[in-house]
Amino acid sequence: MNSVIEVNELRKSYGALSVVKGISLSIQKGEIFAILGPNGAGKTTSVEILEGFRAADSGTVRVLGTDPAIKGRAALEWRDRIGIVLQSTQDTAELTVREAITHFASYYSNPREVNDVINLVGLNEKADDRARTLSGGQRRRLDVGLGIIGRPEVLFLDEPTTGFDPEARRAFWLLIRQLRDEGTTILLTTHYLDEAEALADRVAVMNHGEILEISTPSLLGGRANAQATISWSEGGMSKRETSESPTAFVKALSERLGGEVPDLSIHRPSLEDIYLSMIGATHE
Amino acid sequence: MNKKLPGALAIGVQRGGLEVKQFFRQRESVVFTLLFPLILLAIFGSVFSEKIAPGVTFSQYFVAGMIASALVNTGFQQIAIFIPIERDLGALKRLRGTPMPASSYFIGKAIVVTVSMVIQVVLLLAAGVAFFGVELPTEANKWLIFAAILLTGSLVSTILGVAFSSVPKNARGASAIVSPVVIILQFFSGVFFIFTDLPQWMQQVAAIFPLKWLTQGMRSVFLPDSFATREIAGDWETGRTFAIIGIWLIVGTFLAIRTFKWDRD
Repeated sequence: MNSVIEVNELRKSYGALSVVKGISLSIQKGEIFAILGPNGAGKTTSVEILEGFRAADSGTVRVLGTDPAIKGRAALEWRDRIGIVLQSTQDTAELTVREAITHFASYYSNPREVNDVINLVGLNEKADDRARTLSGGQRRRLDVGLGIIGRPEVLFLDEPTTGFDPEARRAFWLLIRQLRDEGTTILLTTHYLDEAEALADRVAVMNHGEILEISTPSLLGGRANAQATISWSEGGMSKRETSESPTAFVKALSERLGGEVPDLSIHRPSLEDIYLSMIGATHE
Repeated sequence: MNKKLPGALAIGVQRGGLEVKQFFRQRESVVFTLLFPLILLAIFGSVFSEKIAPGVTFSQYFVAGMIASALVNTGFQQIAIFIPIERDLGALKRLRGTPMPASSYFIGKAIVVTVSMVIQVVLLLAAGVAFFGVELPTEANKWLIFAAILLTGSLVSTILGVAFSSVPKNARGASAIVSPVVIILQFFSGVFFIFTDLPQWMQQVAAIFPLKWLTQGMRSVFLPDSFATREIAGDWETGRTFAIIGIWLIVGTFLAIRTFKWDRD
């Protein structure tokens, strides 16, 4: 059995408010799995149950074969095998990057080398600077460094690239793929659809406490079968047509117009288009 | 793979070192926790220097009270303000997500409290001896009581700080609530005024809380025994002092364990 995270009929309510309404999912070893959904969809609650921060009302949850609600010594042994990168933390401000990572290494039974982690998250030049002097992106990379120092088998990443510039984002994605290639299973929640598309092997779309669909980014919402939109200019006018076979359409168009088609573009619905139509459809 | 997890004590000691480092790197904590009591001592000690009994000046009385207050400043006040800050910053939740045992966190806190407490007591004592005519006791018995009050007083103060840390809703609320509580307690407990001069209701309120007893205990160490007759009961009440600290230790531990919150909500 290669399933690292296993969720069955998970439910959670706060008072009368049902936040998670019986979700099920299964995440394999070495997979990057993204959970997408608008604010209030139940993502955070679900992930916090998987991280052991909250207790489920009903359903079964197993992370590395263990119920995250476990207590005592066994809980520490379980936590030794997972890594958590929370949203926007500002602690350890007065410690240097190296001090913070070195200290967190002391919690784990088999930590990575501190220098390796500093290299991996690209903070070599900042290693001896205090955390409070780091930029938003650097601070986030320190958070990831603290999350992976214990050599986790499962890494939870909550909105990891909020506030990153595009270049830092690319560098961060490389890091996450590298961790995946080393066998780390990664559960990612993000607001950025391009991030999910670039990183995730599979995505789950959540809304109103339910999972609408679990699929690969390219197949989600019937995206692969969706019609392509072809647009071009003809006789000074913008033209637009949808087609299931855009290649044949463009070939015919090219023959009709005698070679190069002016302003030609072919557009497939982006993950964002599909996502928005999915959550829009359930908003009514 | 099957290496054992590090022990709670070893991690706790590491955390202690880290907490001390952070304490000294934060200007606010150094100024508020260590310097402010010295400034108070300089002001009050200089303004009110008249004799209040044969061989006892108000300055001496005040130094004894400030040393007792040091246990509240470095324990209760420091802990009850900094834990909500750590909670707000997400530090506690991050720790909760690691294999760090909860006890290690509190061992670390105990270490930073002890270090800052010892520094503050030494500074106050040095200033008291150098400028305000405080005489160090010569009997071993008094030093023993001094050590016992430092130890139990600091412990009870810290544990009550942990218990109180769940009261403020957020970091900003913490200093707004905790500092006035401490200052009012100091007024009521005979730190800034002579306890027996206070209205009776104030004395009765103060007698519920540990600071009044810590203050009285410090007077028993640093003032001549002849002054004991000036206390409410006509003696130092050393036994009762430790009994009341003991009760607060039990109550505080119970409350701290029951109410401690790692997360904001």
